[in-house]
Amino acid sequence: MAAVGSEVMRASRKAGIGPQRISFVVMLAFFVLGPLAMYPVFLMKVMCFALFACAFNLLIGFVGLLSFGHAMFLGTAGYVCAYVAKSWGFTPELAILAGTAAACVLGIVTGLLAIRRQGIYFAMITLALAQMIYFFYLQAPFTGGEDGIQAVPRGNLFGLVDLSNVWAMYATVLVIFLGGFLLIYRTIHSPFGQVLKAIRENEARATSLGYDTDRYKLAAYVISATLCGLAGATNALVFQLAALNNVHWGMSGEVVLMTLVGGLGTIFGPVVGALVVLAMENYLATLGFWVTIVQGAIFVICVLAFRRGIIGELARLIRKPL
Amino acid sequence: MLRKLGIAVAAAMAVGTAQAQISGGVVKIGVLSDMSSLYADIGGPGSVVAARMAVEDFGAAKKGMKVEIVSADHQNKPEVGSSIARQWYDTDGVDVIVDVPTSSVALAVNQVTREKAKAFLVSGAATSDLTGKACSPNTIHWTYDTWMLAHGTGGAIVKTGGDTWFFLTADYAFGHALERDTAEVVKANGGKVLGAVRHPLNTQDFSSFLLQAQSSKAKIIGLANAGGDTINSIKQAAEFGIVRGGQNLAGLLVFISDVNALGLDKAEGLILTETFYWDQNDQTRAFAKRFAPQNKNHMPTMVQAGVYSAVLHYLKAVEAAKTDDGTKVVAKMKELPTDDPLFGKGRIRQDGRKLHNAYLFEVKKPSESKGAWDYYKLRSTIPADQAFRPEKEGGCPLVK
Amino acid sequence: MTEIFGIPVQAFMGQLLIGLINGSFYALLSLGLAVIFGLLNIINFTHGAQYMMGAFVAWYLLNKLGLGYWWALVITPVTVGIFGAIIERTMLKQLYKLDHLYGLLLTFGLALIIQGLFRNEYGSSGLPYSMPEQLTGGQNLGFMFLPNYRAWVIVFSLVVCLSTWFVIEKTKLGSYLRAATENPELVRAFGINVPRMITLTYGFGVGLAALAGVMAAPIYSVNPLMGADLIIVVFAVVVIGGMGSIMGSIVTGFGLGVIEGLTKVFYPEASNTVIFIIMAVVLLFRPAGLFGTQR
Repeated sequence: MAAVGSEVMRASRKAGIGPQRISFVVMLAFFVLGPLAMYPVFLMKVMCFALFACAFNLLIGFVGLLSFGHAMFLGTAGYVCAYVAKSWGFTPELAILAGTAAACVLGIVTGLLAIRRQGIYFAMITLALAQMIYFFYLQAPFTGGEDGIQAVPRGNLFGLVDLSNVWAMYATVLVIFLGGFLLIYRTIHSPFGQVLKAIRENEARATSLGYDTDRYKLAAYVISATLCGLAGATNALVFQLAALNNVHWGMSGEVVLMTLVGGLGTIFGPVVGALVVLAMENYLATLGFWVTIVQGAIFVICVLAFRRGIIGELARLIRKPL
Repeated sequence: MLRKLGIAVAAAMAVGTAQAQISGGVVKIGVLSDMSSLYADIGGPGSVVAARMAVEDFGAAKKGMKVEIVSADHQNKPEVGSSIARQWYDTDGVDVIVDVPTSSVALAVNQVTREKAKAFLVSGAATSDLTGKACSPNTIHWTYDTWMLAHGTGGAIVKTGGDTWFFLTADYAFGHALERDTAEVVKANGGKVLGAVRHPLNTQDFSSFLLQAQSSKAKIIGLANAGGDTINSIKQAAEFGIVRGGQNLAGLLVFISDVNALGLDKAEGLILTETFYWDQNDQTRAFAKRFAPQNKNHMPTMVQAGVYSAVLHYLKAVEAAKTDDGTKVVAKMKELPTDDPLFGKGRIRQDGRKLHNAYLFEVKKPSESKGAWDYYKLRSTIPADQAFRPEKEGGCPLVK
Repeated sequence: MTEIFGIPVQAFMGQLLIGLINGSFYALLSLGLAVIFGLLNIINFTHGAQYMMGAFVAWYLLNKLGLGYWWALVITPVTVGIFGAIIERTMLKQLYKLDHLYGLLLTFGLALIIQGLFRNEYGSSGLPYSMPEQLTGGQNLGFMFLPNYRAWVIVFSLVVCLSTWFVIEKTKLGSYLRAATENPELVRAFGINVPRMITLTYGFGVGLAALAGVMAAPIYSVNPLMGADLIIVVFAVVVIGGMGSIMGSIVTGFGLGVIEGLTKVFYPEASNTVIFIIMAVVLLFRPAGLFGTQR
């Protein structure tokens, strides 16, 4: 009896894992083979923003907290990374670490303030905090204000690999992206992740079971912030500049859009969402104006009729989580 | 099929030996501007129109030169601008990028252009660093820059009696630079700076700052800000009766499109420096007459005129150098003197600075204006050799 | 000449007065947001765009139809309010049964669309709008020159704010509205058309935003992005005041306007962040806001 039971369990677990494994392989293949057909710099940008969106999705999809200020982590990490790489001569891996650490610290500070409220209030508070950070960066001399930090050297990874070679840079970004993605995946599927989901479903019940929900929420928030920072720092090295628009609330809106389009609470959704949104922006940039209008329209349509997002709908079709 | 292709190629090669060095057989011009936001009226789609007119007037078709124009919106984001520039240079065969308002984007594109050894003709951006510490053998800075604005407006006003100043400065690098440069000029010409107040970028309400300016009793209130901030300051200054009370406003970065947005009743008496005005002479008027219907009936701004002038000179240099290799063409552009109907005769220096006259204008009163876009009266002309920063002072490594 | 904190009394009083003027705009806008949120539980991100529409409709009325400021004060809120009601009926209604965050996302998307369309059509430099004749000029109060228009702004906003508060808190209609939010089923059982009331309330809140836009047109630049950054400050105001409290938003709006005004005198570089700093402080000690109740 037990043997059959465990076999059924194994089968059903495999059935659940199957589509996810396939999706992972597809994603991997796309990013490994992609640069042969598409512009590598574009794909690097997609990977950075996919990581950004995945980290954001951790918070909204799995904890149920909508942060409207996540750009502050992207931007802060970008600035710190750019500054240490350019002015202090850090090697790229240290620069990225520095940026990520800065985002982590900012996450702890803002998280302590914001976690005190839920839902709408949480969104508005994060928005206002991000705006404050934006104004700070606008005036702080080290950020170069409107000009941003330009001509950031990519440097030599570990002192050995020259990252101005586009393929070396691409491989580095790929590794970082996969690392971050897998970290998020493990977090979601760990006991910690289960508690987060419980909090999302019914916080009162989770509290009654003895979980200190505030601490879990703060932990999730800080993890999300740190990984956003990782994306932001890497992005700064890819483009070799750090600028204000990455701290602007419009960027916070964009990551919400990417996650929404891809599918809130799915694993691969944010990646697809990032690809779609960035591809659209790229295409529209050469056409001229309509970028914000199209973005707004997609928001509206998604919220009204397409709430599950691309991957969400796909998951529903095959009846397996993706 | 392959045979036909071979014949076609041979024929093309025969015809095109004069243009054998043109990459891809086409001279591709990329107009990179802000198409949808703050500076869309200053550059934007109008710059594309100007570029097209330059290609037509050059007579590219008649000379057998194939010229294509592409355009894109950098949305005032350096990252977007830098990606578009990279993609244009790497995969789309673009040879030269023009316009680019917003200094941060221009600096980023400047860097990319230098790496890829292409050409960059800046008309929209203001930072004088482009011919200073960020100067490059692949970049030419057209139209205007912050030094010219500060010295033009500041110097000329002090010489005509405006010797006490109070600054309203946007609290970021650009505003500070503008204030600092202008203050230097004022003091060097015997004037005094009575005070300054720094306001946050994108402020809606200036009443508090204007009140401070009013109580300083300075003759001139210098607006070291741009775009929406300038418009708001001017509008509210009119409301508080500042000009009527005897003080004058000096706009350190004002374009004719801003004056249009304000209306003459609010902007009258404003003093500013530009390098082009559509109603200056017959040639500029003729250009404006062709330009306006293609640009929502708005007259050309100096940025758009700059794009025309730059593209025209670029094509002449390509023809003369028989190549579209960025570094070589830019060198040729510095060799050849410039001459076009909009800016007249001029030349380009080693540090990439294009030289032409600057003009101090005053905005007319509504009663003095004969119709739409008749906004300026000329106060004085600053000759080209005095209008821009002396070459040695810029710190550009290209200048020996 | 006596001095307070290092600046002459005259200047101080002048800045105080100016702070009140700015506070009027904050109060009007946060009132609209508070009405919509307090009664409908919707975060109206489109508020900034609707404020902008108010200014543009006023411009249109003046420059295309020859209808001046006084007409605009009446026509504009109604027009934009109807537009708001249409949005509510067609789109927002479907989101009530869902998490409130979707309402926020929808209105955010709408704001992007509206602002983008206006930018496409009108460019971004802005359009001129002249001051109504009756309100030009000003009074020399001794310590400052107060433009008549600014005085009008304070008075009119106070009137509008207080009337709104009165209607909602003290009249029967207001009590129906408040009851409907708490328990729509029960109120519907009493024969009151709840969906219609909700639509009207949203329209009213939007109308308030548009009214603020009309009042802004003569003094602030009328451009498509005028509401975009302002909306975030207003959010902070509403968080400080405590969402759901009508009187709270009014008092907070005026109060913060004054504080911001004083910051402009003593430390102008911080004047756009002071409101956010206050918000952070209030959150630490009174998460529900100064006048709010835990929801």
